[in-house]
Amino acid sequence: MSWPLLSLTTFLPLVGVVFLLLINGEKEVVERNARWVALWTTIATFAISLLLWINFDPTTPEFQFVEKAPWIAEGVNYHMGVDGISMLFVILTTFLMPICILASWKAIETRVREYMIAFLVMETMMVGVFCALDFVVFYVFFEGGLIPMFLIIGVWGGARRVYSTFKFFLYTLIGSVLLLVALIYLYLQTGTTDIPTLMKAGLDPDVQRWLWLAFMASFAVKVPMWPVHTWLPDAHVEAPTAGSVILAGVLLKMGGYGLIRFSIPMLPDASVEFAPWVFAFSIIAIVYTSLVALMQEDMKKLIAYASVAHMGFVTIGAFTFTQQGIEGGLFQMLSHGLISGALFLSVGVVYDRLHTREIARYGGLVHRMPMYAFVFMVFTLANAGLPGTSGFVGEFLSLIGAFQVSSWVALLATTGIILGAAYSLWLYRRVVFGQLTKPDLKTMTDLSPREIAIFAPLVATVILFGFYPDPLLNVMHASVENLLQQHQAALAQTRVALAIP
Amino acid sequence: MLYAAIVFLPLLGAIAAGLFGRLIGVRASQLVTCLALTLSGVLATYGLYETAVVGPDKQQIVLFTWIVSGDFDVSWTLRIDTLTAVMLFTVTVISSIIHWYSIGYMAHDPHIPRFFAYLSLFTFAMLMLVTADNFLQLYFGWEGVGLCSYFLIGFWYDRPSANAAAIKAFVVNRVGDFGFALGIMAVFFTFNSINFDTVFAGAPAVAGKTFEFLGAEYDILTVTTLLLFIGAMGKSAQVPLHTWLPDAMEGPTPVSALIHAATMVTAGVFLVARCSPLFEYAPTTLAFVTVIGAFTAFFAATVGLVQNDIKRVIAYSTCSQLGYMFFACGVGAYSVAIFHLFTHAFFKALLFLGSGSVIHGFSDEQDMRRMGGVWRKMPVTYAVMWVGSLALAGVPFFAGYYSKDLIIESAFAAGTEVGYLAFYLGVGAALLTAFYSWRLLFMTFHGPTRAHHEVYEHVHESPKIMTVPLLLLAVGALFAGVAGYDAFVGDGRAAFWREAILVLPGRDVIEAAHHVPLWVKLLPIAIALAGIALAWQFYIRRTELPGALAKTHADLYTFLLNKWYFDELYDAIFVRPTKFLGRLLWHGGDGRIIDGFGPNGIAQVVIQLARRASLLQTGYLYHYAFAMLIGVAVLVTWLFTRTGGGAP
Repeated sequence: MSWPLLSLTTFLPLVGVVFLLLINGEKEVVERNARWVALWTTIATFAISLLLWINFDPTTPEFQFVEKAPWIAEGVNYHMGVDGISMLFVILTTFLMPICILASWKAIETRVREYMIAFLVMETMMVGVFCALDFVVFYVFFEGGLIPMFLIIGVWGGARRVYSTFKFFLYTLIGSVLLLVALIYLYLQTGTTDIPTLMKAGLDPDVQRWLWLAFMASFAVKVPMWPVHTWLPDAHVEAPTAGSVILAGVLLKMGGYGLIRFSIPMLPDASVEFAPWVFAFSIIAIVYTSLVALMQEDMKKLIAYASVAHMGFVTIGAFTFTQQGIEGGLFQMLSHGLISGALFLSVGVVYDRLHTREIARYGGLVHRMPMYAFVFMVFTLANAGLPGTSGFVGEFLSLIGAFQVSSWVALLATTGIILGAAYSLWLYRRVVFGQLTKPDLKTMTDLSPREIAIFAPLVATVILFGFYPDPLLNVMHASVENLLQQHQAALAQTRVALAIP
Repeated sequence: MLYAAIVFLPLLGAIAAGLFGRLIGVRASQLVTCLALTLSGVLATYGLYETAVVGPDKQQIVLFTWIVSGDFDVSWTLRIDTLTAVMLFTVTVISSIIHWYSIGYMAHDPHIPRFFAYLSLFTFAMLMLVTADNFLQLYFGWEGVGLCSYFLIGFWYDRPSANAAAIKAFVVNRVGDFGFALGIMAVFFTFNSINFDTVFAGAPAVAGKTFEFLGAEYDILTVTTLLLFIGAMGKSAQVPLHTWLPDAMEGPTPVSALIHAATMVTAGVFLVARCSPLFEYAPTTLAFVTVIGAFTAFFAATVGLVQNDIKRVIAYSTCSQLGYMFFACGVGAYSVAIFHLFTHAFFKALLFLGSGSVIHGFSDEQDMRRMGGVWRKMPVTYAVMWVGSLALAGVPFFAGYYSKDLIIESAFAAGTEVGYLAFYLGVGAALLTAFYSWRLLFMTFHGPTRAHHEVYEHVHESPKIMTVPLLLLAVGALFAGVAGYDAFVGDGRAAFWREAILVLPGRDVIEAAHHVPLWVKLLPIAIALAGIALAWQFYIRRTELPGALAKTHADLYTFLLNKWYFDELYDAIFVRPTKFLGRLLWHGGDGRIIDGFGPNGIAQVVIQLARRASLLQTGYLYHYAFAMLIGVAVLVTWLFTRTGGGAP
């Protein structure tokens, strides 16, 4: 038995938390040390998680690095493992974490130690979500991750942080309760909460319907799907920069991941039955939120609405039940994690200097900040889904999948590429181009070395995976193929069962 | 190797100038991009010889995997056949000439390295487009040229009008790309591949078959090719997606030359020619292409008649000439369309750079109403503008004569209704073309000057770095037609094109076009000469005529001057409603309905309850966290109690 890599990756941040708690001394010393401890912890975690990728065998759909130990009850074990669907989300999380710590380096000045603790706890929770192979383990991590997020927005957030946190809480609470009910019901029915076992449970289609809706209640809020998306713009606006990065980069992905990990394999019949509804809501999300994004006056809100539109491609892709659609959805999530994270960081750069997110307060930044203009342009274009950036690959694969199911869905969703170009470029133009007339902008400085260190890996990955997405897609193939085969088999079984009354 | 070098040298130049421009300095940035492109052009010249004369029918150079997902399997591949080789040659040669010219034209600009980086990147994107071996790489180049045009049109980012034009160009192009993207999806849906070889080989088998599209049964290839053609309309500025092209004049003049002659707008024509194995099986689409092309040729020429900005006149003439190329494709004369694309590249680049020289001479004046009387002061520019105009008007033995007349003859020879429509609109547009070309020449160079005295005193011939490129292009505008005629469209055409372009047996309009009645052959020449004579009458002999005519036909004049009101129409039916809807959904949908009934409504209730329980003071935050913990705790407790009461 080799190292329990997954547990190590999951819980290493908690070791960092212990160190953070042990620091004492002058306030300044504590703060400086807290930053460095958090940074090194997250870098170490990222390094270890890379071992997962290196040792991952992409030829098998089986779960790998599996760990299993008895836990609170029979059928409820501490069960961890990753496959081609989940592994890359672990990497995404650990990759974004050091960037978040660096982005908070100067921006956070109060209760630095507590802030870093919240982030490290959150990392454990998020990694745990993607590694969990037991529903209870999943649920604990899934809900647990929200607590530090509430705190990050509520304590270190902007002026209306209490309202935003409340809204965020309210949405997630309703979803959580229903997911919990579904979980308990599943356990009562099958006597286990083991995810691989539940995938083969072959539940009654009538039961599936209710469970599907309960799952959806929780996942749709996270994605977020229209019309339960309104918490997101508010949460983003109030969250500190790094909070927004994690929110957009990882927390939202839990929704899409949940749909692909739970809803589709466990509830195949209901998934097929509800797919047209998912398409309808996703299309509304793409068109509606793109239009709303176009008219935003606050930079963060604009990007938040754009996120909702981009997630629409994920849900469409997932419910096409095609290889291209699901891989497109997964890729879109990974890529959006990088791009939206990077966009929020870009907003953070100018926010740190001018302390406003209002678009109209900016203009002509290119004169003072050419490097920033370049970086922001790369992410703006990626956000608009330009081929050659990672933003294109996922979007296009999802659409390829969608066309095979319905040309209407593909047609309406593709309007997103026109609107996406419009709101992205318009934002860029208003902030970066034009004449530099406003007096307080004339003292703005270009990117600092720390900021360059933040953006360099993001620019590199967004472009690299745009031209050469194979390292990511290759990981997914076997697992997605298997998922679809199981899905087809399950549907066929139901048909047989219905044929024999 | 050879072809990879042709494609990637401009990219290397762009990277060197773009990312390291400040490091290596202005002069080095200019030289590295210019030399890289010149080398690329030299290699492409050899490549054209190798591919078209000696080499194999087709080469495919696989670079590396791009996107693989299930049956969807796409690689970065360079596909070299005659069609590609012709495009490589045209693009690199024209682009390198424009690069050298830009050294002079942009000499006083503060952002020279950035400008050259964009120019080279633009060329690279176009080269990726023409070497694509599958639809997705074509789409990459397609969006790439759109992006670079956005950069270059908005090059002077201080100007609000330049920014607006840049965004307009990108977004209108995206409207076309919307169709193109759907076309690619339809191709994959039908053929389970988007690689050209597989798709083209499978086309005959699906010809005439139908599939369900948007809830009804349609012919597969008709729908697919129509969707692809929507992309071509956007990129090649065909009505109704032409509105971005005239606004693209906001960029520096060399950019206009690049967009109009070598990169970007020719992409749509290339797409249709490249996909001739699909279009040939979709007669309905071909008829549509013919009508759109013919109408655009005519429409743009009418607008060109009354414009006063020298670059705008030439811009509309491009729009019009692209219309010719499309209706040539529509009647099945793809190789004639490419031939016109080839000759047009030389004389259009010449006209633009020539007008740039004029603008330069007039201290950045673009309005022809404030020019005139300078032909002695800038003899080289004046001479090359004549050559360019003669070629554009299709006067015998200049480049345009060979290609344009054959297009008009092909339309006649097609013998179809749309063919005749295209023929008459094409002849009409030829008259207008000749007229506005000489209107431009006369207003710019002749008569008493209308320029400001100081400006006029300053007018001078451009430096050698600008005039030498002009002379080189003038050579092209003189001889490209006669040099290419035999291979492109004459007796050598079958050996030249081989499998690069497909024309179904029995549809060879080019052969028929060589045998049309004499009056069809003579009509375009006669009408071009008539147009020149008319312009002379209006702008040299009786200069009061244009003003008088504008007064007597004021409605028509304003209609043309406002470009048939397309911009106003789009603003009213697309732009403003979109903004309105955006605001409505934001404040009404999200604000009032979803939040009003959802979280805010509940919040009200909760706050009321909380107030009653006087819990408000303790702050919400920790309650939320606490409630979450309780949820988890309840679950765990429940599980424990269950197992305590016996195994489930």
